[in-house]
Amino acid sequence: MEMTGSYRIGAPREAVWAALNDVDVLKLCIPGCEEIEQTSPNTMTAKVVQKIGPVKAKFDGAIELLNIEAPASYTIQGEGQGGVAGFAKGAADVVLTEDGDETVLEFMAKAQVGGKLARLGSRLIDATAKKLATKFFDNFHNHLTGTDPPGD
Amino acid sequence: MKDGIGAPVKRKEDKRFTTGKGKYTDDIRNDNQAYAAFVRSPYAHAKVKGIDTSAAMAMDGVIDVLNGQQLTGDGIGNIICGWAITSKDGSPMNMGAWSALATEKVRYVGDAVAVVIAETQALARIAAEAVEVDYEELPVAAHIEAAMADGAPQIHDNAPGNQIYDWELGDEAATDAGLANAAHVTTLNITNNRLSPNPMEPRSAIATYDDAEEHYTLYTTSQNPHVARLVLSAFYNVAPEHKLRVIAPDVGGGFGAKIYIYPEEITCLWASMKTNRSIKWTSDRSEAFLTDAHGRDHVTTAHMGFDADGKITGFKIDTLANIGAYMSLFSSSVPTYLYAPLMSGQYNIQNIHCNVRTYYTNTVPVDAYRGAGRPEATYLVERMMETAAREMGMDPAELRRRNFVQEFPHQTPVLMQYDAGDFPKILQMAQDSADVSGFAARKAEAAKRGKLRGLGYSTFIEACGLAPSKAAGSLGAGVGLWESAEVRVNPVGSIEILTGSHSHGQGHETTFAQIVADRFDLPVENVSIVHGDTDKVQFGMGTYGSRSGPVGMSAVVKAMDKVEAKVKKIAAHTLEASEDDIVIEGGEVKVAGTDKSMAWHEVGLAAYVAHNLPDDMEPGLKETAFFDPVNFSFPSGAFICEVEVDPETGETEIVNFTSADDFGTIINPMIVEGQVHGGVTQGIGQAMLEQVVYDDDGQLLNGSYMDYAMPRAADVPSYSISHHEDSPSPNNPLGVKGCGEAGAIGAPPAVINAITDAIGTNDLAMPATPQAVWNAIQAAK
Repeated sequence: MEMTGSYRIGAPREAVWAALNDVDVLKLCIPGCEEIEQTSPNTMTAKVVQKIGPVKAKFDGAIELLNIEAPASYTIQGEGQGGVAGFAKGAADVVLTEDGDETVLEFMAKAQVGGKLARLGSRLIDATAKKLATKFFDNFHNHLTGTDPPGD
Repeated sequence: MKDGIGAPVKRKEDKRFTTGKGKYTDDIRNDNQAYAAFVRSPYAHAKVKGIDTSAAMAMDGVIDVLNGQQLTGDGIGNIICGWAITSKDGSPMNMGAWSALATEKVRYVGDAVAVVIAETQALARIAAEAVEVDYEELPVAAHIEAAMADGAPQIHDNAPGNQIYDWELGDEAATDAGLANAAHVTTLNITNNRLSPNPMEPRSAIATYDDAEEHYTLYTTSQNPHVARLVLSAFYNVAPEHKLRVIAPDVGGGFGAKIYIYPEEITCLWASMKTNRSIKWTSDRSEAFLTDAHGRDHVTTAHMGFDADGKITGFKIDTLANIGAYMSLFSSSVPTYLYAPLMSGQYNIQNIHCNVRTYYTNTVPVDAYRGAGRPEATYLVERMMETAAREMGMDPAELRRRNFVQEFPHQTPVLMQYDAGDFPKILQMAQDSADVSGFAARKAEAAKRGKLRGLGYSTFIEACGLAPSKAAGSLGAGVGLWESAEVRVNPVGSIEILTGSHSHGQGHETTFAQIVADRFDLPVENVSIVHGDTDKVQFGMGTYGSRSGPVGMSAVVKAMDKVEAKVKKIAAHTLEASEDDIVIEGGEVKVAGTDKSMAWHEVGLAAYVAHNLPDDMEPGLKETAFFDPVNFSFPSGAFICEVEVDPETGETEIVNFTSADDFGTIINPMIVEGQVHGGVTQGIGQAMLEQVVYDDDGQLLNGSYMDYAMPRAADVPSYSISHHEDSPSPNNPLGVKGCGEAGAIGAPPAVINAITDAIGTNDLAMPATPQAVWNAIQAAK
């Protein structure tokens, strides 16, 4: 599954970059995130609860930041084990571009699921992933600007 | 004879099935019952680096967590494929090791790595989730093309390039010459879609070890309990045969998927010994999609040549078949000896060559599914005939007629000797029944409603009752293919038939009783059928390949011959008459032309009290027979399918489906019609709805009924069915040919031929979903 998106955020690039690297911000913004812990400058562990179609799972995951070009871009990749529900893994290239006082965030993500998630939820993966991405960036925008994101 | 051969006797077994009183494996509960849940791989291909069972073992009520190292360490053998295929270069097939619990590698999503034994089923499943397996992912080959590509991941070390064998049948040079001399050559590229078998009852096993007797009892959902016992004993080293009882009680459908011996039965047996508990496992539906052997999955390129008169000059086939991650019990024979020998269809073809290459992939094993090889062959041959007729501008029925085999016996160039049939007559029956002459008017009327109406044929032949054992053995089969029966006349005159056949929906308790009722002129109520228990019934081969009629019933007939002879001797002795004058009718054994008679039950009693038997006669009245057929039986038929397609949406409705069959002698027409209904419906399912989808990572994407479409009542029309009974099989005493698979074999090409006729393009693959049909219409524009 592949997905791309673009968001305009009413905050300067440095602020956006800092937030993208802040574990507390990520915890607030990742839908279903119960726990996130920095294990090294560029690695984290996380616990995320998600429901995809009929399958509800708690993912124990590892997150890693790669290809860091501060404050312009990085790749965030993660893999989560959902026990009997299967697994999910994915990576997103995130690029920040300055536009006056605002920042344009573009991402290109790839995700893969396995086990029961694939077997029972494959029809719903695309829609769920889009929904989760939208929710994340809405939360992110809201956190940085204190306002709801402009509608599309 | 009210209940005899040919009577539409209502199914005796349906009283318990329709009142919820059937006794299936999962209905059985033993003292000391514990439950198994399997830890299955979510990856299609991975190394197993470690299994951490500590969290599961710490749970209250968890009895044990067992793994593959322990299983192989205890000497449990690898799962085997029972038919050895030799490649055309003379090398044996490359069978990879398959342990019931994976040891070093997992090779498909669902491959079991450990089993949790716990006090309840729910607890076993929860604990299975707590088992942590450390996997190292490996590259995946989920489809044939990926498995045969250069640099493909190696699934089994002993199968280079993932190829299992490269096999051929027929004369390639003669076939090439036949094609070279043809006036017209039709070429087809065909994919036979991958199917999930979906018996209504999921697989289940209950294994109990008796440590005092060192004896195992296994209840299981098997189509062939004796074969299961043989294989469990001889190859998996679970226990010697006399220390292992296998019982297949009521079984709710099989369709082939319950022929094989799966990892779960082996594991439950072994675990019952390890834990000294009775171990029960029942698959849930999702597990069934994941682990029941799938069917079909072929990719084929074929060429058929015709002379200027439309006579076939040669037929050349190149097939790639997906075997899955491991070789299941009959997997090797399905794309070879159950496939290529059917390539002559109903036609007189002098030159046929079929090459088959099979490959491992990171998917669940593929094996026989209703029809097993014959649907794949029939789909190819019948799509070929229809397509060729269209290309040559001929009526497809006429092209078939010009090529029909008309004289019997007929030796094909691909092993088979057809024994009896009347193909032109059966086609005519179907055409009359389907009112083919009125089709043009119906098509014109449909066009006024904006619908595209099409008509497609399938004139198929299949081979049932795989035989004889000697020939099958020479082709690599690991077992004989006969059947056994014992006929027991009790002292009170009631009769028990012990058959090695197994009923899992076919209605044997009725039809087997009918042939006994017919022979001895008794009510079917006085006859009961005993099957499915290795402690009760003599060794038998079970039920698959529509063999219970041609082979299983024939064994009963042979045993009845012996019983009848003894009954006549006893009656002749008692009534002081000649055996030749004794007749059995109306519940009596009589001296013809006199008023001297004995009641049937008096003969039974006389045999057992043994007060007055001929001097040289042993007491008792029971006889056993084994029947090994001299040839296959060859059911055939003509199907005509008529569809209407909505060109705007691609939605297709089957408006008529006509079946004219030759099943030889029919024992119970109602049950035969039921088999045709079920078979045709499954065939329509393959043609229009069903398709197992794995993504490139080997993840099964449609593992539930939300995503895997089975045919429902609204998807099929009311079938029009007729039978031709004038060409009985000459190779068994009843003249029966078998009817269990014909519908699933013959229906798919009839449906696709009809749809492609309607939309005017041949380029349409199964399943013909509305999207596929719409796309085909758009592509042809």
